Amino acid sequence: MSGFVASLITLGFLAQVLRIAIPYVLAALGGTLSERAGVIDLALEAKLLMGAFAAAVLGYETGSIAIGIAGAAAAGVAVAAIQAFWSVRLGADQVVTGIALNLGAFGFTRYLLGVRYGQGANSPRFDGVGTGVLTNPISWIAAALVALVVVGLGQTRLGLRVRAVGERPDAVAAAGVSVARVRWLAVLIGGALAGVGGAQLSLPVDGFVAEASGGRGYVALAAVIMSGWRPGRAALWCLAFGLADAVQYRMQTHGVGLPAELTRLLPYVLALVLLAAWPRRVAPPRALGQPD
Amino acid sequence: MRTWRLVAALVVVNAALLIVGDALAPAPARPAPGAAPPRARIGLVFDVGGKDDRSFNDVAWRGLVRARDQLGVAITTIEPSDGADREAALRQLAAQDLDLVIGVGFIFSADLERLAREFPTVAFAGIDYAPTGPDQPPPNLAGLRFREHEGSFIVGAIAGLSTRTRTVGFVGGMKIPLIRKFEAGYVAGVKHVCPACKVFSAYAGTEPKAFADPALGQELALAQYEGGADIVFHAAGKTGAGVIAAARAKGKRVIGVDSDQFHEAPCCVLTSMVKQVDVAVFDAVADVVAGRFHGGIRELGLADDGVGFVANADNAHLLSADVVARARALAADVIAGRIEVPSQ
Repeated sequence: MSGFVASLITLGFLAQVLRIAIPYVLAALGGTLSERAGVIDLALEAKLLMGAFAAAVLGYETGSIAIGIAGAAAAGVAVAAIQAFWSVRLGADQVVTGIALNLGAFGFTRYLLGVRYGQGANSPRFDGVGTGVLTNPISWIAAALVALVVVGLGQTRLGLRVRAVGERPDAVAAAGVSVARVRWLAVLIGGALAGVGGAQLSLPVDGFVAEASGGRGYVALAAVIMSGWRPGRAALWCLAFGLADAVQYRMQTHGVGLPAELTRLLPYVLALVLLAAWPRRVAPPRALGQPD
Repeated sequence: MRTWRLVAALVVVNAALLIVGDALAPAPARPAPGAAPPRARIGLVFDVGGKDDRSFNDVAWRGLVRARDQLGVAITTIEPSDGADREAALRQLAAQDLDLVIGVGFIFSADLERLAREFPTVAFAGIDYAPTGPDQPPPNLAGLRFREHEGSFIVGAIAGLSTRTRTVGFVGGMKIPLIRKFEAGYVAGVKHVCPACKVFSAYAGTEPKAFADPALGQELALAQYEGGADIVFHAAGKTGAGVIAAARAKGKRVIGVDSDQFHEAPCCVLTSMVKQVDVAVFDAVADVVAGRFHGGIRELGLADDGVGFVANADNAHLLSADVVARARALAADVIAGRIEVPSQ
């Protein structure tokens, strides 16, 4: 027990929390942008997975971490573009579109691995970014993006437009601004953020494995909703998930307490308790899920 | 109008996939003209983690390639994604009337039993097969099992003899009896040579995806290294790639599994608990070719060289000759029955 407690007050523990939280944070920021613009973002899993895939493959092929991260952002944008085309342009059901993209990404990454490397589950190993948090460029990108999204969404004209198309698209249209264009922009930027989050799932472990996203996109979406669609709070929820994961790993390691399956539920239990304690209604963006 | 656009968009996506696939694909290997027809047709379905996992599936793949080259058989493989895909993959191979269909991994056990009954003329083999009920497996199903706890006992002893912090770790993939065998043997091995040593232990999860999450494996290993462990043994499939990445990043030692994983991290892979899945696959194919295939369960341990540890020129700089001698003596004791290794 003392070993467990001691292991929680170390810099290594703090670094671990941050490392685990990064993919959640970036995906949740991306999800917040899309959803505030009125587009349900169930495709976060696909964006993380494609980002992880692109980062590992481009990192391996070019030997450049920077190109890997840029490729991850581009892969996230590509998924987002398909999502926007279907849900903004064609007006298809946004939930179905998101789920289809998630399933598609699972198959698509396997397909590309198969045609390029002759195997469907693993990319070749290369030297990634290692386990340091301060030496990992993705950490700094994530920190900068949290600030940028909080300020950008809350304080800028574009942020106001994004929020407006999520609440009152009719008013935005009446003001002579294209609703579709603002939504496209929000979804594409959100895709880039989630894609970079995916890079954190492959660059520190020196390669990509099929289905490496492991459901993290859905957890990030839960953070978006629990935060009441506010980016700063969503990032904090993601840190809470990282904290719960890290605590659980150390509980297992030092053989204390609850079974791991239960400790993983801690942040969700916390969320339920908080929602019950403050039964203030947190409304989603009014036009969420409605094509214009 | 809207429907038309949706259809058009889908057509474009499909065309793009085909073009991308064609552009990226290496030229397919063609059989040499005038080559003899294959002596048997063998199908194999990979486990979670897939081909080139540089661990479990890789050993199976090597055995199959050796069978192709030495026995002149034709091979077909499938990498399923998950769930129902696995059963479908086996079924697809069985329905082609192959001579032998191999499922790599315990996860195929129930599917193999069902399909072996459905296709009584096809021979089936299951690596790590675990009977799912009280019934005897069908006669056309060979279950190939390993005494992983014995090999894990030896690498546990190596860890116990090599640790400088008197603390070592274990990272498992999915928490199932098969992986518990690795843990139980390993812990017993450590304690046998170093009763005061501490062994950390953690699992990645309770679903098959626990074998395919390297980011998670890395964090579990880092928690153990930061807690004072200087050697970690993994039995976690591709999740273990993260364990090895953690060892590389920290400059700490790690013990590989199934394949000799030395080349994953020449700085750090102390040894590997190798499982001769390749021998099992090759032998099953050879039996089919020679017409002496028979069902039933076979279990391979230290005595059959079914499991073992790696000590060669590669890892000699990490593994002292004293430790190797001690490990060999312990292996002889296990084979002779002087040491009983727990499997749970």
